[in-house]
Amino acid sequence: MEICRKGEALQISDLDPFLAELLRQIPASTNSEGAPGAEARLFSRPSAEKEICVEWKSYVEPELRRLFRSSTETVAEDLAQLNGNEKSLRNRSLTIPFEHADAWLNALNQARLVIVEKYKFSDEELNDHDRSPIGSRRDLSLFQVNFYGFLQEFILREMQCS
Amino acid sequence: MSAVSAVQLEKGSTVEAPVRETDTRDQEELDVPWQVVVHNDPVNLMTYVTMVFQRVFGYPREKAERHMLEVHHKGRSILWCGVRERAEFYVQQLHGYLLLATLEKIV
Repeated sequence: MEICRKGEALQISDLDPFLAELLRQIPASTNSEGAPGAEARLFSRPSAEKEICVEWKSYVEPELRRLFRSSTETVAEDLAQLNGNEKSLRNRSLTIPFEHADAWLNALNQARLVIVEKYKFSDEELNDHDRSPIGSRRDLSLFQVNFYGFLQEFILREMQCS
Repeated sequence: MSAVSAVQLEKGSTVEAPVRETDTRDQEELDVPWQVVVHNDPVNLMTYVTMVFQRVFGYPREKAERHMLEVHHKGRSILWCGVRERAEFYVQQLHGYLLLATLEKIV
């Protein structure tokens, strides 16, 4: 896989089917339904004061939900480039318009936070970048968190350069 | 003087007269200041947190990095102090970036 800036876009090329599938999983991975811990992390309490929290839930939380949904939809639209059967995914490229960079950062962050909450990864696991090959669903999810983090780092670096 | 007196309007019907308040405030009440606190979490990237502080508070990179490192090493950092409405606005922005942030009354 190669990732680089091309004009007003970020281009991920030479994508093998495995990494392409991980990318396609971003929108689904942001779904916190059925995971109260993940929901609580995405919509964390703004204060220890009950009155503030009640108002927040009524007025601010719906805005945040709209923002998160909008980011995920933008990413899903970009990922439509990868639609197709597995064979056609071989060495495919993905072009991300630079104006979508914020949406990607947000959706990748949502996905990482939700996965970490669902699997309750410890700090040690999250910092273990030399983990042995993927042998379980848990290993795969940790790899997913790190892969999405790598993409975030690249997008951030390009944003700072521009 | 009685606070409430009854005024007879017509036969068999009465209405309460308006109350005149005589108490006055003898002290100015100042708004209690609030602070915006960001808490550590193991998922958000350090570069991402720095970028968010620059964007939300307009801090220069060095100051944003100092706060990010304080969050990382001490578990929390106070990013801003002032009136409640502004503090709420900042916390909303920070939650939009998925940072763990709270507003706290300064006691």
